[in-house]
Amino acid sequence: MSATPDRLVDYDEVLTRYEPVFGLETHVELGTASKMFCGCSTTFGAEPNTQTCPTCLGLPGSLPSANAAAIESTIRIGLALGCRIATWARFSRKNYFYPDIPKGFQTTQYDEPMCTAGHLDVEVDGETYRVEIERVHLEEDTGKNLHVGGSTGRIHGADHSLIDYNRAGIPLVEIVTRPIPGAGAKAPEVAKAYVTELREILVALGVSEVRMEQGNLRCDVNTSLAPIGSLEWGTRTETKNVNSLRSVERAVRFEMRRQAALLDEGQRIFQETRHFHEDTGTTSPGRSKEEATDYRYFPEPDLVPVAPDEEWVASLLAALPELPAARRSRLSDEWGIAPTEMAWLVNAGAVELVSDTVAAGASPGDARKWWLGDLARRANDTGTELGELAVTPKQVAELIGLISAGTINDQLARQTLDGVLAGEGDPAAVVEARGLAVMGESDELVSAVDGAIAGNPDVAEKVRGGKVQAIGALVGAVMKTTRGKADAATVKRMLEERLIG
Amino acid sequence: MSDLTSTDAAELGRLLTAGEVTAVEVTRAYLDRIAAEDDALGAYLHVDGEAALRTAEQVDAARAGGTATGPLAGIPLALKDVVVTEGVPTTSGSKILEGWRPPYDATLAARLKNAGTVLLGKTNMDEFAMGSSTENSAYRVTRNPWDHDRIPGGSSGGSSAAVAGGLAPWAIGTDTGGSIRQPAAVTGLVGHKPTYGSVSRYGLIAFSSSLDQAGPMTRTVLDAALLHEAIAGHDPLDSTSIDSPVPVLAEAARRGAEGDLAGLRVGVVTELGGDGHTDGYDEGVLARFAETVALLESLGAEVRPVSCPAFDLALPAYYLIAPSEASSNLARFDGVRYGLRVGDDGDRDLDEVMALTREQGFGPEVKRRIILGTYALSSGYYDAYYGQAQKVRTLITRDFTRAWDDVDVLVSPTSPTVAWEVGARVDDPIAMYAADLCTLPASLAGVPAISVPCGLSEGLPVGFQIMAPALADDRCYKVAAALEAAQDAARGSRFLDQLAARPAGSAA
Repeated sequence: MSATPDRLVDYDEVLTRYEPVFGLETHVELGTASKMFCGCSTTFGAEPNTQTCPTCLGLPGSLPSANAAAIESTIRIGLALGCRIATWARFSRKNYFYPDIPKGFQTTQYDEPMCTAGHLDVEVDGETYRVEIERVHLEEDTGKNLHVGGSTGRIHGADHSLIDYNRAGIPLVEIVTRPIPGAGAKAPEVAKAYVTELREILVALGVSEVRMEQGNLRCDVNTSLAPIGSLEWGTRTETKNVNSLRSVERAVRFEMRRQAALLDEGQRIFQETRHFHEDTGTTSPGRSKEEATDYRYFPEPDLVPVAPDEEWVASLLAALPELPAARRSRLSDEWGIAPTEMAWLVNAGAVELVSDTVAAGASPGDARKWWLGDLARRANDTGTELGELAVTPKQVAELIGLISAGTINDQLARQTLDGVLAGEGDPAAVVEARGLAVMGESDELVSAVDGAIAGNPDVAEKVRGGKVQAIGALVGAVMKTTRGKADAATVKRMLEERLIG
Repeated sequence: MSDLTSTDAAELGRLLTAGEVTAVEVTRAYLDRIAAEDDALGAYLHVDGEAALRTAEQVDAARAGGTATGPLAGIPLALKDVVVTEGVPTTSGSKILEGWRPPYDATLAARLKNAGTVLLGKTNMDEFAMGSSTENSAYRVTRNPWDHDRIPGGSSGGSSAAVAGGLAPWAIGTDTGGSIRQPAAVTGLVGHKPTYGSVSRYGLIAFSSSLDQAGPMTRTVLDAALLHEAIAGHDPLDSTSIDSPVPVLAEAARRGAEGDLAGLRVGVVTELGGDGHTDGYDEGVLARFAETVALLESLGAEVRPVSCPAFDLALPAYYLIAPSEASSNLARFDGVRYGLRVGDDGDRDLDEVMALTREQGFGPEVKRRIILGTYALSSGYYDAYYGQAQKVRTLITRDFTRAWDDVDVLVSPTSPTVAWEVGARVDDPIAMYAADLCTLPASLAGVPAISVPCGLSEGLPVGFQIMAPALADDRCYKVAAALEAAQDAARGSRFLDQLAARPAGSAA
């Protein structure tokens, strides 16, 4: 096993000597109502071991029967990725001992997967990279181990371990890419863009909630380096459980820098599994593949083969929803924006949010302005995803509507948003409750205007004398007195009436 | 001896329906015999007399109250301990499951419960159904009622001993390579292995998933057909369960008993005891077989020899496929969730506890097969062993398919020998495996096969096997019933009456 070296090669320097190749194995928990091989519920967050039965507990005598909805979802994913759909597929047993696999084997697919030979095109900085998909297959998830009493949360050093089998048997689709060469310096970003695009597709298909923080989408990232000009690829490492989009990029980047340091020293790279550490962005060795178990795959005799009817597959293909790339291209046209601007929206995870906001009545320009501006900043400040902010596209549209109607201005809108995010209700309700509406020509505003003139006689005199631009200072004074609730244009007009006539 | 415990199940059903006996009376008669004789016979692993009597009382009450009850209601029954039964200890003959009380019923157990049958208990078996003598049970030795020094066959030896010995009117066995037919043959019972997929495997503790089938072990062909009908039928919980109507079997048995086999084309399998293939076969077994073939002819059947060359390869193929699947099926017994756990003392790590549990929980034959199967599935050996064995399986299936062009059924001896003495083959696994020689081809091809008694050799029962195309189980019953009726008529009594007529536990 290779220890993590003290030295990492500077990223730009890595690329002067080495060519990276990466690949991804992505696991997606399907959002089916029941598990892969039994009727148990798949709801996330239930009390441990309450969503189990003889089959998903692997009790003696129990048998699996395959979930048709999961097979359908897998085929739809394959179709969306341009795969060939097998006319004959089988499940296999992957045999190994671990307490979180109740049967002593995982039911998966081995040499006869459901879908093969697809691709996904992703765009990074205006350039398109084709990611070849080797296979898409269906399997079952494992239970979840909880190691109690250790400092690391890993089994080593733990006092005891608990197992929750609620997750055991949830359908899992594994999407495996072929090795991806040729991305060069962009390799980490292409890796991230691939997972991002894949996630968008899964959302569009509606096959999974794809919530990475709940483990719906988990990536294993393979990385290798070869000296530039070499005809052979280097030995790869497999970094397990890379569970956020940003981490995918970081994992590739880190492995490139780490492996380059080893290769520079004339050491060899071990084919091994590595763990990714979210906190430091580093990887550390897991078990070595070179001494790994022989999984003794063989066809699962308890399940009949799956032979999808060609007409049925054709009907699934015809019924696929508009896929994200096509949708983006259409929306770019509708919104009249350039591809680069669409790319910003994609990177910010804002396409659907903007689209939904437009659908709720806002103009595309305003919707983009709020999601990429104020809201993006707030998400960034709190370290959350844009989509996880406690505000809905409908509420943003309502906010924009209030601005257009002159009920609030941009500054008041930001205060309104504070209220919405604090859970005080919809924008109109927040405006009402907090008293944020722009003042009309009320007595309060009249007295604020008169007060500003009286309090700043020098300025008032300048304005009367024709230095019209000096009026700004008076507007500012009124805004200060009214704590921003006044409409600046109204205030300016009232001042002009009084000073210029 | 009580009359009730030598009465066949169909007759018991008639008596119960007619109100001539109560379920409690029948149940008590069996419980009494179990109490008196099972210490010597060793047929059962678990008997719950109180529960059985409670069930019997409920059936009697329902019948007295006019609540509809089925034709099987009140008939006692024994289940091989491989069948999972809710709340009732289920071990599959292994220490590794000692004390396990399942939280659910096997589909066939639930069907028999719903039919109102009374569960007497769970019968002994070779550990995880691996064996042909029941000597591989982790718990006790089971004796052959015809001669207590001899084995009752296996792996369903507890069921065969119970039914032949009068400790149950009928029983469920399971058959992976012959585990219903061979014990039925050596104890003088009728035993049928249904078409693969026609009886649900849900709740049968798996040995070899692509081969396992449950079926009836009974005193008469009609009983077997009735019990088979009660457990057959599609089960959505078993993906390999065939979605077709429950076969009409009792009617086939009744028609067969009329004795007319005119036009039936019978193939005698050369490779199973025929010319040039008699090594390892008892002379007496071959003689009884030949007489029975002649009997078939006398009933109007057209008999011809049929060669199935691939059958010669059945034994090695079986002993790769079954252990391979078993090595995976038995992986779940790791001490984590149920059953035995050894060495969990806070000092040992997980791998050690799993290894110790399996080391102490499994017996030597189970370990032998796990090792064999693990090896056969290993990377680099898979193609040479498991892959080749699957090809042989295809060849055997083709031999059958070709045979069906010319004949309606194939016949052979059920087992090459009569019951051997306890202990005679325990140190010679190859000799033990040879007991399955005749039963393996039907298992590997998934076709139905029945064993029906065809006489005695050395005072011990000999079985006659009838194999039919997939889903043509009715043919097995028809032909077996014709033979049974003709033999009973010639003898003037039923086959098992010969056992009842002699002193317990001694060969004639």
